[in-house]
Amino acid sequence: MTTTRLVDHFERGLDAPICLTWELTYACNLSCVHCLSSSGRRDPRELTTAQAEAVIDELERMQVFYVNIGGGEPTVRPDFWHLVDYATAHHVGVKFSTNGVRITPEVARRLAASDYVDVQISLDGATAEVNDAVRGPGSYDVALRAMAHLRDAGFRGFKLSVVVTRENVTQLDAFKAIADAHGAQLRLTRLRPSGRGADVWDELHPLPEQQRGLYDWLVAHGEAVLTGDSFFHLSPYGAASGERLPGLNLCGAGRVVCLIDPVGDVYACPFAIHESFLAGNVLGPGGFTAVWRTSELFAELREPSGGGACASCGHYDACRGGCMAAKFFTGLPLDGPDPECVRGFGADALLARGDVPPPRPSLDHSHRTAPRSRPVPVSIGRHAPAGRPVSACEENPLAGFVP
Amino acid sequence: MPPSTAGPPAPSPAAAPAAFDADRRWALHPGVAVRPEPFGALLYDFRTRRLTFLKDRRLLDVVTALADQPSALAACRAAGVEPDGEARYAAALGRLAAAGMLVPAQDATRAGQ
Repeated sequence: MTTTRLVDHFERGLDAPICLTWELTYACNLSCVHCLSSSGRRDPRELTTAQAEAVIDELERMQVFYVNIGGGEPTVRPDFWHLVDYATAHHVGVKFSTNGVRITPEVARRLAASDYVDVQISLDGATAEVNDAVRGPGSYDVALRAMAHLRDAGFRGFKLSVVVTRENVTQLDAFKAIADAHGAQLRLTRLRPSGRGADVWDELHPLPEQQRGLYDWLVAHGEAVLTGDSFFHLSPYGAASGERLPGLNLCGAGRVVCLIDPVGDVYACPFAIHESFLAGNVLGPGGFTAVWRTSELFAELREPSGGGACASCGHYDACRGGCMAAKFFTGLPLDGPDPECVRGFGADALLARGDVPPPRPSLDHSHRTAPRSRPVPVSIGRHAPAGRPVSACEENPLAGFVP
Repeated sequence: MPPSTAGPPAPSPAAAPAAFDADRRWALHPGVAVRPEPFGALLYDFRTRRLTFLKDRRLLDVVTALADQPSALAACRAAGVEPDGEARYAAALGRLAAAGMLVPAQDATRAGQ
């Protein structure tokens, strides 16, 4: 029997990721205010179909069981369904995140027929009012319609994915009810200050007392509610009761997870799209495998960290200093407390950080104009020719004459 | 991130169902993929999308040996499990069977071999 704890193995990194996130495009029909990849417009350098297939071939060789495909809105890529089929034919399972825009009854039937494809519908409010304030007008109805199609097609256990915010944290039971009513499983994840999330994090991240309620709610629901391990920073809440959140409860960045972005850049995690966390590109020599196994950045992340400013805290073993990306994009030191540290050290650190602005995301593919669903401020009226001054150079003898 | 459904640490005799028959032939379900790791292995069940950790390299050897052995116990012996460890490994296999990842091997498909 091995005496090394599993968590220590994971901290030192594995030969291949357990799962990875692959954002296929920066294009999106929505402009969610908290988009962690600042998506909107397609990047002209996005991987071609052949390049994406080559990545899938590598993942098969590395025995990556499944990829979490996202974006942007991945289904708007013309070759999206082809790539899904290609992946599953090569023993790489697919779970893709979508706002539901392309989940027609026909697509839902096709998805329901495959063991190797899982679907995750994003919804950030249990009511249209709360959801659409974050995801844009009409997005609630689109998501609910997609869920109904999946349910009607007999797809059981697809995921309803919710980013927990200050506004929707009171709706957890309602989200659960929506998931149950559609034969779906609820998945709650943490709001990160990544991408456009940096702009709204101060107003939208749950308040301390809400965090406590969230933790208790998660413990009460156990494995029935998924979290993608994203609330491990709240683990110290369980110190008194001994109740643990399900999952590994560690930061897997560069150790067991990573992100491939639409242009093939490999980042330590989906929430860290910044040059500081860029490990390489899948189109480089040795491909993704070389990036995963030999990049200096990932080697650094797999080094044991002493805990820094948190080392003396009795809860360090529980939260392990929290989320790297959350610290980075709020301008906190990476070896100190998480901004949402349950003991309040993060809040203190935020106050102490002074006037130095936090790092901004390196990339921004946001729509340059408001998305279509927002009203366009134009005034429509008849042009009044009478008001137009007659040019001094006008040669028409009737210029300025209005009958 | 790894799914929060990350499976039970194995082996753990306490949670093993009593019904596991270590004297019969078992096989890994074809919907389950195995990836060897320094600590043991990762098992991924494509049907349930659950990830399970085998925290023991020898348990991986046992699971790998199942296909070629006439019984789960024989697989334990083939993998070098000592007699006093057999119950523990059988219990771990029992948990995998309870999760549907091990299934009784089809004797019919074996008969002709």
